[in-house]
Amino acid sequence: MIWNEKIECASRDEMTHIQSENLIKTVQRIYHNIPSYRAKMQEKGLLPGDIKSVEDLSKLPFTNKSDLRDNYPFGMFSVPMSEIVRVHASSGTTGKPTVVGYTRNDLQMWAEVVTRALCMAGVHKNDIVQIAYGYGLFTGGLGLHYGTENLGATVIPISGGNTKKQIQLMQDFGTSVIACTPSYALFMAEIMEEMGIAPDSLNLRGGIFGAEPWSENMRREIESKLKLKAIDIYGLSEVVGPGVSCECEQQAGMHVNEDHFIPEIIDPETLEPVPKGELGELVFSTVTKEGIPILRYRTRDLTRLNYQKCTCGRTLVRMEKCTGRSDDMLIIRGVNVFPSQIESVLLEMSETEPHYQLIVEREGTLDVMKLLVEVQEQFFSDEIRELEALRKKITANIQGTLGISVDVKLVEPKTIERTAGKSKRVIDNRKI
Amino acid sequence: MKAKQVSVFLENKSGRLNEVAQILGEAGINISAFTVADTSDFGVLRLIVSEPEKACSVLKENQFSARTTDVVLANSPNRPGALSKMLKILNAEGVFIEYLYAFTMNEETAVIVIRPTNIDKCIASLEKNRDALLSNNNYKL
Repeated sequence: MIWNEKIECASRDEMTHIQSENLIKTVQRIYHNIPSYRAKMQEKGLLPGDIKSVEDLSKLPFTNKSDLRDNYPFGMFSVPMSEIVRVHASSGTTGKPTVVGYTRNDLQMWAEVVTRALCMAGVHKNDIVQIAYGYGLFTGGLGLHYGTENLGATVIPISGGNTKKQIQLMQDFGTSVIACTPSYALFMAEIMEEMGIAPDSLNLRGGIFGAEPWSENMRREIESKLKLKAIDIYGLSEVVGPGVSCECEQQAGMHVNEDHFIPEIIDPETLEPVPKGELGELVFSTVTKEGIPILRYRTRDLTRLNYQKCTCGRTLVRMEKCTGRSDDMLIIRGVNVFPSQIESVLLEMSETEPHYQLIVEREGTLDVMKLLVEVQEQFFSDEIRELEALRKKITANIQGTLGISVDVKLVEPKTIERTAGKSKRVIDNRKI
Repeated sequence: MKAKQVSVFLENKSGRLNEVAQILGEAGINISAFTVADTSDFGVLRLIVSEPEKACSVLKENQFSARTTDVVLANSPNRPGALSKMLKILNAEGVFIEYLYAFTMNEETAVIVIRPTNIDKCIASLEKNRDALLSNNNYKL
């Protein structure tokens, strides 16, 4: 089923028209309400009137994650706080989270795009949808929640974790669709096997998986282990949350809800748009959002766009699975991790910068993060008790900053490989 | 007697202890005693050597984390009950011990290496009870 056929199957001309109209309004709104972005436009000698259609999009300055951080917490909001009905936040690069705000209209729009996404995935109102994304500041849980309710399907708002209970409710409630990170889906499959529960005996038929990168191999593994159709959903809180784009049942690229979020692909080096269909960094402009409208937001995700009409009937542009990042951000169990966050935690604990190395591995189905810290002079104590205390403190501080657990190991100086004097900070051993 | 002990951070990897021994041997430094305190991932090697400062710098040159730590070296009669006598006194004086180890000099004398939380208090307590400890004869501080 196509939830909003008029939009999702619109011709390119119709879509361009809708986008242009809304872009013009958004540029006006941002220029008048967000001083930091107005300053950027003025630097380029741009007035709101210079943007007459989506053709002019590339004239506009970019927005970076740092802009949100510099204007923490609410400096990028374009409406008074009395209009904001909810905030979400994701982890930031220096301990400060990235905060986004939603008006009542924004929440309605978000629910609509998630509903479209669910329909793309083949979910319908008779489904029982178990939402195992975290509920809270993270957009995953609540984003899926309201979209599913809007569709009219049944929500099981179980949130993340508590795997045995997840499986028990699948059995008892007859869950037909599971929504979670792909690595958690594999983890659940493992626990099911341990519990002696055959996936065939469950009512599962679909899975909405996102919030972290995953490969076609992983899709095949999930599909064969859980006996369901695995659908990729994409989103980021700066744009709206989950539901920015989603695969349809053809599993041939994620349809972008481009009447709300206009995608562009740029060359991350030159910052110029790349020719149609080529690989580059994904950039989004939101054109209907009120709380925190954002123009040319650099996602740092690498992908390409496909404007061909899909066999499902939709004309919404499709983005490929993201193949990498144009920065050093890692996504570990759905959480964004920047090496600089770890650096700042370690710096807070000592005067000189310690050498460290982050090793990410996939053990079984879950990502684990190991942190090696060289015991330099400033850290070395003769007493085991103090070294253990140091290890625990690093562990706790990093966990507190990132929100995910880390296995800290103290190592001898110079054991971390240096390249040209600088040590290699991150090793990602995950075969995704 | 207050003395400098050399402490070295070691990962639990094979061959590391030998590397330390080799570096010290090549530098002409004699090891009188050592002990290893370990956890599952790492350990601290503690050494009593002929030239602690030199040992420390030569280890650092070889990229080890090394430092000197003040310890108390107390000679004790090498006979049953002597250690207990010393510990009893330190306990009574309220001296808290982080760790200790010992080696024997000869048939007559053993050396107890003590790392107390308060070095001066430990030495003072031993001095004060010198007579009681010396009743075993051969006791030196």
